[in-house]
Amino acid sequence: MKFTVPIGPQHPALKEPISLRMTLEGEVIRDADLRLGYNHRGMEKLAEEKTYLQNIYLTERICGICSHSHSTCFVQGAEKLLEVEPPKRGVYIRYLVSELERVHSHLLWLGVAAHEAGFDSLFMYVWRDREVVMDLLEMISGNRVHYAINTLGGVRRDLDDLQVKKILDSLDLLRKRSAYYLDIGANEPSFVGRLADVGRLTKEQAVDLCAVGPTARASDVAIDVRKDDPYGMYDETPFKVCTADTCDVLGRTVVRVKEMLVSYDIIEYLMRNLPAGPVAVRAPRRAKPGEVVARYEAPRGENIHYIKSNGTDKPERLKVRAPTLGNYAATLVMLKSGFLADVPLIFAAIDPCICCAERTVTLVDARTGEEHSVGFSRLRAMARERWKNAPLKKDAVWPF
Amino acid sequence: MAILKTLLYLLVYPGFLFVFVYSTFCEWFDRKVFARLQNRMGPTHTGRFGLLQPVADIVKLLAKEDIVPEKADRRMFSLLPAVGLAVAATAMLLLPVWHFSLERPSPNSFPGDIIVILYILSLPTLIFFLAAWSSTSFYSEIGGARVLTLLFGYEVPLFLAVLGPAIMAGSWRLAEIAHFFQQRPLLLLPNLLGFLIALICLQAKLERTPFDIPHAETEIVGGTFTEYSGKKLALFRLMIDVEMVAGAGLLAAVFLGGFPGGVFVGLVHFVIKTLFVIFLLAVMRAVTSRIRIDQVVNFSWRYLAPLAVLQLFIILLLKGFVL
Repeated sequence: MKFTVPIGPQHPALKEPISLRMTLEGEVIRDADLRLGYNHRGMEKLAEEKTYLQNIYLTERICGICSHSHSTCFVQGAEKLLEVEPPKRGVYIRYLVSELERVHSHLLWLGVAAHEAGFDSLFMYVWRDREVVMDLLEMISGNRVHYAINTLGGVRRDLDDLQVKKILDSLDLLRKRSAYYLDIGANEPSFVGRLADVGRLTKEQAVDLCAVGPTARASDVAIDVRKDDPYGMYDETPFKVCTADTCDVLGRTVVRVKEMLVSYDIIEYLMRNLPAGPVAVRAPRRAKPGEVVARYEAPRGENIHYIKSNGTDKPERLKVRAPTLGNYAATLVMLKSGFLADVPLIFAAIDPCICCAERTVTLVDARTGEEHSVGFSRLRAMARERWKNAPLKKDAVWPF
Repeated sequence: MAILKTLLYLLVYPGFLFVFVYSTFCEWFDRKVFARLQNRMGPTHTGRFGLLQPVADIVKLLAKEDIVPEKADRRMFSLLPAVGLAVAATAMLLLPVWHFSLERPSPNSFPGDIIVILYILSLPTLIFFLAAWSSTSFYSEIGGARVLTLLFGYEVPLFLAVLGPAIMAGSWRLAEIAHFFQQRPLLLLPNLLGFLIALICLQAKLERTPFDIPHAETEIVGGTFTEYSGKKLALFRLMIDVEMVAGAGLLAAVFLGGFPGGVFVGLVHFVIKTLFVIFLLAVMRAVTSRIRIDQVVNFSWRYLAPLAVLQLFIILLLKGFVL
């Protein structure tokens, strides 16, 4: 007996709205489909109305977890267009926040994955230790989520010696804890039993479907923008790219925890070699006409911002390719021929940030299931037509 | 006098009053232990140490809107929570607490009552399945199918494990089994393996982590209980609490030497032993992750059932050569 189970747009397993439709045979998934567009906010259009400086704070709000990734990616591109070079100390602080954000994002992911697997104790412990990182970020930037530390030509806040010492001290605790979680993630039998051999994605598939970030690295594809196309100070920072060859959710867990350990080393390097000097330089307001593509290794994978300038102080076009979007195609492959019980885990294992990746809306007729493309003027006309002289509906049943 | 005694038995201990007060206390205990193991506080505000939190939850649910899905089987859907609670409370009455004489069997303590209580404790599973089926929601139906699949996994090992001590004591009557082990406490040790198996099976019967598959919220929302709300959900929650106490009581009576010493000393025995069992259940809940339904069936037939048979074999050998 085949039947279709909808997971989402509203479902306890999903933290953000997305629609997964699973065709099941018993508990086994035969087909999976994905529908986006429940969280479209028109950010790219809005960016065209704002100056480069204002856009830093707008792009920061694309995501609530990797907020710094988007603003840094945008700033990297904008600085190239504006032809400013941030001072070295500013660069170090900028990517210090990047690495701390990676750690907090991976800890958050580990907690969510544990919760999806029904291992709430690990969830509670991981999120307790995540507070250490959150406190560091708050100390550095004054904020827990939207750090707002980037500016054109550097960063907005400097570090003092006490803060550097505090960061280095916290690293000890975090290292110890992360090693413990690596042990649990790789050895606790009931947890490993849920993760191993789930959501398989072979190396070839990962390359073919353009998977990015830890999802690709867990399939033994060693891609990392920090290594392949170094930006900031990553070319002078020693670190290695973590991979796993198990090609399953267990591999994705191990890769992420190992990446945290690598991030601690990077943070320590940055703090021990923090150069003196200013943290920012003045940047011009207008960019020369041109276009630029900025790449950035976000916690979830490669983040790409394309900026086109027309000579004014506002970008003519901003295009964001969030890492989650790059992983959707691979997700559908992973879901097929898995168990229904594994859907939340497989889906969570790409660390989906749904609102990052929403660029379009699909209009679907609720009764017939037909899809349309509708222009804005037509949409307005439709809205007026529908509600013109419409009486108040009592006991209305959806769809109207 | 006999009537008064029976009334006390039915209404006070271990009847209604005790069942409801003690089962909510056990839920609090379970939640508190679980929370402390997770580095959380658990219930703190309602009542002293949050002791009244489970009661507050039930009162809150009773006041909530009670929705019956349009397409659900209305009669079954509404009746099942009450039936379930009655069934779980009935199991409590069969525990050998105080109202029995060892020589003379009575309606609540007779040869074969160990089988009856095991069957009564199986009924909630069937009730969960029927409740899921009559609520006609996708998530409920998947939950219901999982409830039954789970039953195939744990039921046989549980029966085998619980019957071990009965064979050793040479009786099918809970009171006599408990009495047998009270006389020879050392003989409880060979049953340790059986106790662990029964503990794991009880965890599965109560559908708690790692066996909370039928209502895994991240997969199938509320599973069995997706469509239940208000009063009916409150009754189901109370039923699960009572089932937990009854199950813990059964394990205590069979594996931990029962509740000797009349009403008051027996009560102390009952509380300490059931809390011990519930403590172990809470620890098991805290240190494991939810496993898949196929892994459960695999695990119980590959490990639990053979181990239960091994336990039975050990007991037969002991009974043949030592006793």
